[in-house]
Amino acid sequence: MSETPSNQMSDLKFKTKKDTVATILGWVTLVLFMAGTYFAIVSPPDKNQGDLVRIMYVHVPTAWVAYLAFAGTAFFSLMYLIQKNRRFDRLAAACSEIGLILMSLTLLGGMLWAKPTFGAYWTWEPKETTTAILLLIYVGYFIVRGMIDDPHRRARVAGVVGVAASLSVPLNYMSTGWWKSLHQGYTVNILGKTSLSADPRMLEALFINLIAFTVLFVYLLRLRGKLAARLERQEDRELEREFQMSQQTSQDTVKGSA
Amino acid sequence: MSSPAKLNPLSTPIKRHARRSKVGYWIALFAFLGVAGTLIYNNLGTNLNYYITPTEYKTQEGDYTDKTLRMGAQVKMGTVKYNKETFDLRFVATDGNMEYPVHYNGGIPDLFKEGLGVIVEGKMVNGTLEGSNLLVKHSEEYKAPSKGIDLSPKSLTGG
Repeated sequence: MSETPSNQMSDLKFKTKKDTVATILGWVTLVLFMAGTYFAIVSPPDKNQGDLVRIMYVHVPTAWVAYLAFAGTAFFSLMYLIQKNRRFDRLAAACSEIGLILMSLTLLGGMLWAKPTFGAYWTWEPKETTTAILLLIYVGYFIVRGMIDDPHRRARVAGVVGVAASLSVPLNYMSTGWWKSLHQGYTVNILGKTSLSADPRMLEALFINLIAFTVLFVYLLRLRGKLAARLERQEDRELEREFQMSQQTSQDTVKGSA
Repeated sequence: MSSPAKLNPLSTPIKRHARRSKVGYWIALFAFLGVAGTLIYNNLGTNLNYYITPTEYKTQEGDYTDKTLRMGAQVKMGTVKYNKETFDLRFVATDGNMEYPVHYNGGIPDLFKEGLGVIVEGKMVNGTLEGSNLLVKHSEEYKAPSKGIDLSPKSLTGG
């Protein structure tokens, strides 16, 4: 392959084919968020907490999507380790990024909710402690990714870390059940006996926001996945060019010495 | 020699080298190890129990002499005495089996009321838990208020 002007241009100009799926997902997300906000506002205040209960309509969905994203990391990491297709590595990293952001928001929202209800922003109770550990683990995942240059080796190591890290998700979810905690139990109980313990109008607002955040996750994953594919192509081209240059330099050296 | 002008400005070797610099990741790694180490060091030896119940305290009373403890219990109905001038709060903490009087001075969380679960951080002095920190454990059940209920924090503290 020779360095022709057209070849160079293709580096600068990415294929900008319109992603219809992403556009649709974006609009659906927007509409669902508008509906979610509306129902969160018209739902009644809580008997004890008053309007503070509305934090739940953001706090629970962000936590759910973070769990979903980390489950995605584990799934795509495992798929990479089995099939060695770098597409899965890109999706695993994208899932981790989304999960890390949403879990940080969950922590922030939780602290803002804890201050007026529990009486303190942070008390090292089990839910808080396991969340801190979870965040630390996924920060570690990105440090690992950043430290390795070889794309295939990076994907392999990150794949193993991505699968192992997912253990922190059930640890975090079960923390209120396994240990005595300050954090309340499950309003929407899905393990064991299924139960819903809130006003139906509150549950309505909660579930619409859960759906909205879930669609947002799919949308973000799509965008981040595409972006990661572009970055990967660029990285590959750079590696190839570096190789060519080293070839050329060695040829020049041979010519020069002759 | 190959002229540098032939190369794409976006990916000259210098640029590429700068982008791949790992200094940031090394700093992140050390920060990570520092935080993780501190977390582990601080929590080593402390058990996973976030709080003890009055009954558990009774059986391990000796272990907590002059030590700060966290007691999780229910605020016994009809025992809350709150002085609005001095912010002095007294109530009885119970788990249905054992009960201890609690004394606490300071701002109380809005949700505090009789019958609710609380976690009191403090030291046991002559059979009374002298609380330095008062936390409220609220229920996972959420209900709309029935009409006519006063929702102001004052009415909820029973003061």
